[in-house]
Amino acid sequence: MYRKATMALAVAAALGMSRAATAQTQDELRVLREQVRQLDKRVTEAEQAAIQASSRPTGENAMNPAVSVILNGIYSNLSLDPSGFRINGFVPTLGDVGPGVRGLSLGESELAIAANIDHNFRGTLIASISPEDSIGVEEGYIQTLSLSYGFTVKAGRFFSAVGYQNQIHAHAWDFTDAPLANKAFLGNQLGEDGIQLKWVAPTSFYWDIGVEAGRGREFPAGPAGGRNKNGVNSGNVFTHVGGDFGMGTAWQTGVSYLSTSPQDRTFEDPAGTTNSFTGQSRLWVLDGILKWAPNFNPTYTNFKLQGEYFRRKEDGDLTSGTAAQTGGFASVQSGWYLQSVYQFVPMWRVGYRYDRLNSGTTSFSAPLNAADFPVLAAYNPTKHTVMVDWSPSEFSRIRLQAASDKSRSDVTDHQVFLQYIVSLGAHGAHKF
Amino acid sequence: MKTILRFVVALSSVVVALPATAALNVFACEQEWAALAQELAGDKASVYSATNALQDVHKVEARPSLIARIRSADLLICSGSELEIGWLPLLLTQSGNARIQPGSAGYLEASQFVPKLEIPKVVDRALGDVHPSGNPHVHLDPRNIAKVADVLTERLVQLDPANAEAYKARASVFLERWRAALSRWEREAARLKGVPVVVYHKDMSYFINWAGMREAGSLEPKPGLPPTPAHLADLVERMKRDPAKVIVYSPYNSPRAAEFLSERTKIPSVMLPFTVGGTERAKDLFGLFDDTIARLLATVK
Repeated sequence: MYRKATMALAVAAALGMSRAATAQTQDELRVLREQVRQLDKRVTEAEQAAIQASSRPTGENAMNPAVSVILNGIYSNLSLDPSGFRINGFVPTLGDVGPGVRGLSLGESELAIAANIDHNFRGTLIASISPEDSIGVEEGYIQTLSLSYGFTVKAGRFFSAVGYQNQIHAHAWDFTDAPLANKAFLGNQLGEDGIQLKWVAPTSFYWDIGVEAGRGREFPAGPAGGRNKNGVNSGNVFTHVGGDFGMGTAWQTGVSYLSTSPQDRTFEDPAGTTNSFTGQSRLWVLDGILKWAPNFNPTYTNFKLQGEYFRRKEDGDLTSGTAAQTGGFASVQSGWYLQSVYQFVPMWRVGYRYDRLNSGTTSFSAPLNAADFPVLAAYNPTKHTVMVDWSPSEFSRIRLQAASDKSRSDVTDHQVFLQYIVSLGAHGAHKF
Repeated sequence: MKTILRFVVALSSVVVALPATAALNVFACEQEWAALAQELAGDKASVYSATNALQDVHKVEARPSLIARIRSADLLICSGSELEIGWLPLLLTQSGNARIQPGSAGYLEASQFVPKLEIPKVVDRALGDVHPSGNPHVHLDPRNIAKVADVLTERLVQLDPANAEAYKARASVFLERWRAALSRWEREAARLKGVPVVVYHKDMSYFINWAGMREAGSLEPKPGLPPTPAHLADLVERMKRDPAKVIVYSPYNSPRAAEFLSERTKIPSVMLPFTVGGTERAKDLFGLFDDTIARLLATVK
């Protein structure tokens, strides 16, 4: 900048000298004057830029991590008492799978803090503050940045890469609640304490392979807190492929296999007795997602199709609280959902989801009797959900959702939710 | 068994036939930087642009295909200044690629190397999607292209020293052509000086500043928010008091708001290429400025 100022002076001096020495034509003078004026303008600009640059934050505060907060609130109108919620035909998951409370309520608030730790690691903490004034760690992990060759390692607590929806934070879901299959097979959402190794292949299309080893702190591995045992209690392997079709369609499909060995996994029968299961639980999930936007520009219109298929095999010993007896138990159960969301004009989206679970086959060996486990009696729950939402900016969304939920074998729950979800603070980035 | 074997062979041949066999893989977030990298690296690099001219770079999905590309990149060049904040950080953390992480030689934010405009004094989302470190659309000032070209050449030389001479030679040829074009554009754009213009989004600020034009309003009520009827009605009134001479928008904007205002106010509207590939004539960076100036001159008269 000072060089420029000196140059401006030099040109000005040259201008003066040339004037004195030789009689330059008026035209040349005008050109030189214009050049001086231009140089002067540039000097001013450079000075302004320097001033602006110097106003950047300094001191300890400048290293603050990215902080963002998600707030959400909901009005629920439920035709059935939510405290009686159950998914008939399936083992209750003990998770937070019900439709919530009736009337007005505050949803879970989320506080997310993330930053690069150094050149090797990135750290993320996502705390959820429940409306009952308790605070929980939803995710808290470190992730490598410097491994190269497509490798990434994540360690800590994170949403397991089992299926597609499980890894998405609730505030970014397209519907107010999780699909029935996620509720029945993953207790809404499986967060694991563990370590994940992922490799992205050097291919022209997307291809990843990963493996997770975990504590098994939540369903389906077992009682909250995990087993009192060294080593690994939960393992998950997954792979995804993805890419583009033409100029507007992106897709991804994956398969994952979660294997756990629950020990004394208790559940309370709606009748009030406590049963427990010890054995093996294996879950296959097949997932697919397709997103379309004209020329990959989702601003005006876009479309999203998402579906997952779950299949679980369990076998082991079941202890019945009613009969105080232990016997063999085996089950093969499945479920799927398909949902689509369409943004037809800027800000406005509509969506529909169909859920279906298949209680499949369950077998009990002596001395157990199927009659001791009424909640496991064969039943195929279904659910229809429609929603419309309005997002006046990237940071706020208001959603109206209606559902007809046949999770309970004898009655249909008609649900209406009106919800707001907003984010403040650092600009979030959402996974594909 | 045979089918499995055949599958494995097919798969490994895919793995071997990687996206590029050239020395350097360049991942550009925007078309303008892809074009610049192509000018400077020629056949020494394989250049990939994450977005096209019809995409709004603020709103891009972190698609699997982009992760696949960034995984093998040796050099990343993006506008920066939070322009790509909704998707680039995700690509970076999922890439498993240390070469292009922030702080490494393979990570280049173009906007860090030019004087920035419109650095906000107050940062508040109530003001729209403001960029705390200033307007990120720096490429539309042709002088900035030359500045970024210098930095990009340095990085190419640093990352691929074997081809250093080739990069330097190409850079000096490019910069010479650019300087010649720049003085031509300065002459041509002289007629645009002081011309009041209505923009769609604040993505034209650097061009307006370079050409000495004057921004008389924007179709977006606030940065990043789509035009509303109330705001357009207000603009119609403002144009009566302080008429602009031209309304401009970019290929990724819907032309409807500009056409509406144009109809009501009889001010001509024109789509400008915004980036390389935005119009047929904007085939490269030279074409981008040729066409932008030509379209404005033809409209302003």
